[in-house]
Amino acid sequence: MWVGRRLRRVEDPSLLRGEGRFVADVARGCGAIRFVRSPFARGRILSIEAPEEATVITADDLAEIPPVKPMLHRDDFIPVEQPILAKEQVTYAGQPIAAVIAPTFEEAEDLAEMVFVDIEPLDPVVDLDHALDETAPLVHPHVPANTVIDASLTTPGFDAAFHGAAYHVEIDVRSRRENATPLEARGSHAAFDPRENRVTLTASTQGPHMLRTALADLLGIPESELRVIAPDVGGAFGQKYSLAMEDVVTVWAARRFRRDVAWIEDRRENFASFHSRDQRYIVTGAFDESGKLRAMRADVRCNVGAYSCYPVTCGVEPLMAMAELPGPYDFRNYAVRSRAVASNACPIAPYRGVSRPVITLTLERLMDKAAARMGIDPVEIRRRNLVREFPYTSVTGLVYDQGSYVESLDRSVQLVDLERFRADQRAAWEQGRYIGIGFSTFSERTGYGTSAFAARKMDITLGYETIDLAMDPSGSVEVRVGASPHGQGLRTSLSQLVADELGIDPKDVRIVHGDTDRTPYGWGTFASRSMVVSGGATKLGATELRRRLADIASETLEAAVDDLQFHEGKVLVRGTDVGVPIRDLARLAYHRSDKLPPGEEPGLRVKATYDPAGTFSNACHVALVEVDLETGAVAVQRFVVVEDAGVLVNPMIADGQVHGGVAQGIASALYEELVYDSDGNLLTTSLMDYLPPTIAEVPLIEIDHLVSESDATITGAKGLGEGGTIGAPAAILNAITNALSPLGIEVNETPATPERIQKLIRQAQGAL
Amino acid sequence: MKTPVKLRVNGQAHEIFVEPRKTLADALRDDCGLTGTHLGCEHGVCGACTVLLDGDPVRACLMFAIQCQDMEIRTVEGLADGEELHPMQRAFWEKHGLQCGFCTPGFLMLAVGALERKPDMDEEELKEMLSSNLCRCTGYQNILAAVRAAQAEMQ
Repeated sequence: MWVGRRLRRVEDPSLLRGEGRFVADVARGCGAIRFVRSPFARGRILSIEAPEEATVITADDLAEIPPVKPMLHRDDFIPVEQPILAKEQVTYAGQPIAAVIAPTFEEAEDLAEMVFVDIEPLDPVVDLDHALDETAPLVHPHVPANTVIDASLTTPGFDAAFHGAAYHVEIDVRSRRENATPLEARGSHAAFDPRENRVTLTASTQGPHMLRTALADLLGIPESELRVIAPDVGGAFGQKYSLAMEDVVTVWAARRFRRDVAWIEDRRENFASFHSRDQRYIVTGAFDESGKLRAMRADVRCNVGAYSCYPVTCGVEPLMAMAELPGPYDFRNYAVRSRAVASNACPIAPYRGVSRPVITLTLERLMDKAAARMGIDPVEIRRRNLVREFPYTSVTGLVYDQGSYVESLDRSVQLVDLERFRADQRAAWEQGRYIGIGFSTFSERTGYGTSAFAARKMDITLGYETIDLAMDPSGSVEVRVGASPHGQGLRTSLSQLVADELGIDPKDVRIVHGDTDRTPYGWGTFASRSMVVSGGATKLGATELRRRLADIASETLEAAVDDLQFHEGKVLVRGTDVGVPIRDLARLAYHRSDKLPPGEEPGLRVKATYDPAGTFSNACHVALVEVDLETGAVAVQRFVVVEDAGVLVNPMIADGQVHGGVAQGIASALYEELVYDSDGNLLTTSLMDYLPPTIAEVPLIEIDHLVSESDATITGAKGLGEGGTIGAPAAILNAITNALSPLGIEVNETPATPERIQKLIRQAQGAL
Repeated sequence: MKTPVKLRVNGQAHEIFVEPRKTLADALRDDCGLTGTHLGCEHGVCGACTVLLDGDPVRACLMFAIQCQDMEIRTVEGLADGEELHPMQRAFWEKHGLQCGFCTPGFLMLAVGALERKPDMDEEELKEMLSSNLCRCTGYQNILAAVRAAQAEMQ
């Protein structure tokens, strides 16, 4: 068996040798594009003046390109159009206004500095609460109350259940703006081929086919005139799925000037590329005497910035929050209002976990607060409310497959030795030290296909994945996938699946991705989906190829198909040493088709598509922290993850995803925050102001895996790419609140910076 | 105004002709064709562009190429001996110390340079050293494990 092995990654040797091929490596020596960006959050463009020798592109040059208009077909949605380059007005600081093209990146930067854009500034609205204020300016004149989505849902009988409850616990949770901050910023290189009248766009993207469709639609060209390649991509975390306006200009310029051009984003620009989080959840849980949650009322507000991202739209955060807020808890009465609020801030796009880090933070803070109020242990209140029977249909109609919600909680209690910690904590408090423990139990919806995306009512229904699989005459296998991994090691783990199915070595399996000329149309890699969906398609394809090989072998070996066994590169007749090498069967399939069984097609190529409804992973995170009362600084001393993502195809890669996810969750909880001033200027534009954690801030992450057997996925694998980021902020804020419980302090805002904690401590001490 | 500069990179001489404002990182990438040195921030924080200059790990984005005249520069391309990976590269592979691989050349050069200077660093010193670079994918767990494994082999 290859599945389940910690196989070294086939991706690594070239990356380790410095032989990776990232977009900036491709872009050496071509024409350089530099964007002139708005220095104001809101204003009217009066004029644009450029030096005479400069090649400058403005909105006037792009008159034939329609604006980007991401759509949701819902009555509670107001679409907003985004021009590729700002036209007449600017709507957020950093918005591209013009593009300068020059022979080198240095010259392009120099010329861009010399482009003078005269803007009459207008009062912006940047802050979430301000945008909802009646007196706030309107970001888009056709959007009343700056509310682009105003969705709501109330279950029948909600009022009676809610008002009849014994306890009402309210929580007001705020997450500040974040940036996904891939170490490689965005960028693209467009090569024009005059012979074919075709552009090859090498772009740092998570979804090359989606990008090809978007660009072809906007430029009004057939998709055959465009090839999109995702080379090595230096991290993405969601930010590189949404369409960059800059990519549109890059392809347009390559066609217009019939030459190769590139745009390589710098770090400062990346800070205003796409943002995320920036949400507020006001939630009241109604509990009965026994601590059982009977009803929940929620008001969700998401500051989605100036425009809507393509293709998933600005609805992705509030609508996910509405559907998934019930989390892993069983209750039947729910009333929610969820809004997407426009502002003159940078547009929002999905970032690892999307709304779920804030959903989980809210729910888990609610559970701890309710437990404290009712005098129940935080672990116990969760045990009383977690879903236990599967399949479980949530109050919003989501179906949870087999999971281990209670088991993962119990296991984590064991791993941290909770009783002992409580004793240590009492002793520490007596010595004036503030240590705390926080739990976070959550579900992670992963690997969902067409049916789940159709419910979103986007213009484009994402979901399925297709693979083309072929064994060549030498017996080696090539699988071409529509997924587009960028660090997840999918080439390695898919080859493990194929190897098991065909009884061959993973070395004999080559996975091809990230090239629209070589791979079947697919949706790319995001939403913890590739192992489930692309993996499922790969397994189906490999099973079909195995069937074909078995048919041929059956004839060659004169044995029944059911008696055949695929092992170490051979097809054997079970219980005998009679067999045939698979590569002989491959050669026969191509070169001796006269010997093939009747009806068998020559060659060995199959196509397979997998389109699952989706599956839920689950986990329990526990954080142990110490808070310095003097400075307000929080140190995470221990972090435990009990995770259930079903079958782990490559546990080494799975653990790596958890490590990286938790590090980003710790970042959300404690460090990373994009700060705007009241004029809408982004103040955090370098890695000295915006603080991704270093090794000094990330503790050892202890991982334990449980394996639920789920029939919702044909490989048994559930997704786990986002779980770390989803669970960690809640665990850490619960731990800080627990540490500071002698002072009666609640921490409900991320990031919990020393400044915020210190302020809460001072308030509490003043009140004492 | 372009100036001739002589760089010695991985034991090889490169005579290049660059503007004085050109950084070492850009010169390595554009003029020497060595694109393994990556640019993550261009303001000296992320460390993806770390190279060794006369044995010291430096940010190649904070040096000008003309400052490096006649100095000995080592980049990620010079780590392996032909087919044979450097123990640090092998350890990163075995311990899964990389995911997207963008920060990896910087971490490799940082760790190799630091351990060549001080082979017996303890865990705290290793962490202190590694805290100079940023990785967004791995959460650093396996980077530390890899550096420890390579340290044992390099001694």
